[in-house]
Amino acid sequence: MSAESEIISNVRSSPDVHAVRGKRLTIWPPSPDALLWRIVRPVGMAALFLTLWGLAVRWSHTDLFPTPGNVVRGIVELGEKGLLLKYIVASLFRVTWGFTLALVLGIPFGLILGWYSRAFQAFNPLIQILRPISPIAWIPVAILWFGVSDAAPIFLIFLASVFPITVATIAAVQNMQPVYLRAAQNFGLGRWELFHRVIFRASLPQIITGVRIALGVAWLVVVAAEMIAVNSGLGYLIIDARNAGKRYDLVVAGMVMIGLIGLVLDLLVRQLEKLDAVRWGYARR
Amino acid sequence: MSAVSLRNLSIRFPGKRSGQQIDVLENVSADVAAGEFVCIVGPSGCGKSTLLNIVAGFISPTSGDALVEGVRVTRPDPRRIFVFQENGVFPWLNVRENISFGLRARSKEEQNAIVARYVEMVGLNGFEDAYPRELSGGMRQRVEIARALAANPDIIYMDEPFGALDFITRLKMRADLTRIWQAERKTILFVTHDIEEAVQLADRIFVFSKRPATLQKIVNVDLPRPRDLDSPSYLRKRDEIFRLMGMSSRIGEAIMAS
Repeated sequence: MSAESEIISNVRSSPDVHAVRGKRLTIWPPSPDALLWRIVRPVGMAALFLTLWGLAVRWSHTDLFPTPGNVVRGIVELGEKGLLLKYIVASLFRVTWGFTLALVLGIPFGLILGWYSRAFQAFNPLIQILRPISPIAWIPVAILWFGVSDAAPIFLIFLASVFPITVATIAAVQNMQPVYLRAAQNFGLGRWELFHRVIFRASLPQIITGVRIALGVAWLVVVAAEMIAVNSGLGYLIIDARNAGKRYDLVVAGMVMIGLIGLVLDLLVRQLEKLDAVRWGYARR
Repeated sequence: MSAVSLRNLSIRFPGKRSGQQIDVLENVSADVAAGEFVCIVGPSGCGKSTLLNIVAGFISPTSGDALVEGVRVTRPDPRRIFVFQENGVFPWLNVRENISFGLRARSKEEQNAIVARYVEMVGLNGFEDAYPRELSGGMRQRVEIARALAANPDIIYMDEPFGALDFITRLKMRADLTRIWQAERKTILFVTHDIEEAVQLADRIFVFSKRPATLQKIVNVDLPRPRDLDSPSYLRKRDEIFRLMGMSSRIGEAIMAS
């Protein structure tokens, strides 16, 4: 390589050198990874989506489907009536109960089935048959058993979330690194200690992944669950707004609230993945 | 009485085809004295790790017995702690919690004192609150050695504990293990495929043949510690074992006897 071309290549490579050091000499244009861009991209995409939605409604001259503006006014209206908070609390209340029940039963059950292969043999076919049945298919049964009460939707949410939690826990225990088990046996742990100090702790990262999936499903099911036998909640809001006067602005308002709360719930569960007790299970690379 | 006795130990594993049996260890008999540092070397896959797992009580031999202080081994025992090749520390516990894992029966003050003592001994001061994922491979092995020592076992079994570490770290770990062993005087059974490692560490070396592995020879390493890796006596010992394993110590002549 001649001296000249060497100089040129040095000059060319200089921006990369600055980037590697994390210090850029120029402020404009901002790097593609700058905070500005990380905000602009999702916000811009959402704005584009809302604009197209608004335009589509206007150009089609529909009276029924709301514009984004209608929806925002719908949400404000619900807020002013005190219904918004009431319905959100009602939905979260049911999800909390159904989901907590699923956690309390699903995790210990999964730990036991993951550990005792004979119990797994006995229960696994039953679980695999019950698991693909949509919670919605249980609605008639839920009404038969629980009638017009909060228990029916709580039962449906429980059904929706207990299977992903149990199955994830079983898989976590079965995939546990044998070296942890041997180390634990070596230190003379009794059965209870083995479960709560090693098997549970070693499985926790995968269990939390299952919990995250299950919470997503539980929140999906709340809408369907509230369309039956109850008179509050975001699912009820959607059915009620349609039945009582085709208020599609309120229907979509309910949908938007479900989406936003789903996002918040997922962000909360994700925080669990940052705990020191489980981070080792995700941050391998 | 010997700390560890192997009496005509054999193990066979079922092969891939039905009815087929693979002989892994054949008729191994040996004794290890209390406080002795014994290395077990042999070609990779010869069954030396299997032997250590039998002595530790993780697997049962097909025939023969492993005895510890005259008692037949049937299961793992906290008086003899196993140090694994890697990832043996619990990743959900920090250094302090890992080291005190076997100390549940002790009071909090005792636990703290023991942890402090072994953190110091393995050179992990300042890392007590770190998690294994934040440590290097060598540091994680230090945690595991400290966890083993903290349980105050009579015997420590080590299965290629430095096998996954880089050369420099391995040398440093060997020097530190020698120092720790001299201070604590535990019986150590140390499996390695690294002949140099065995000669640097051991009082005696059990040299195993290829599978089905038999105990080919027991070599006494009567060299003073710390060992001088340039001394003619060290090199002679090393070459003796190279030859026993059917290899030359000179690259280019390294022909496996088959």
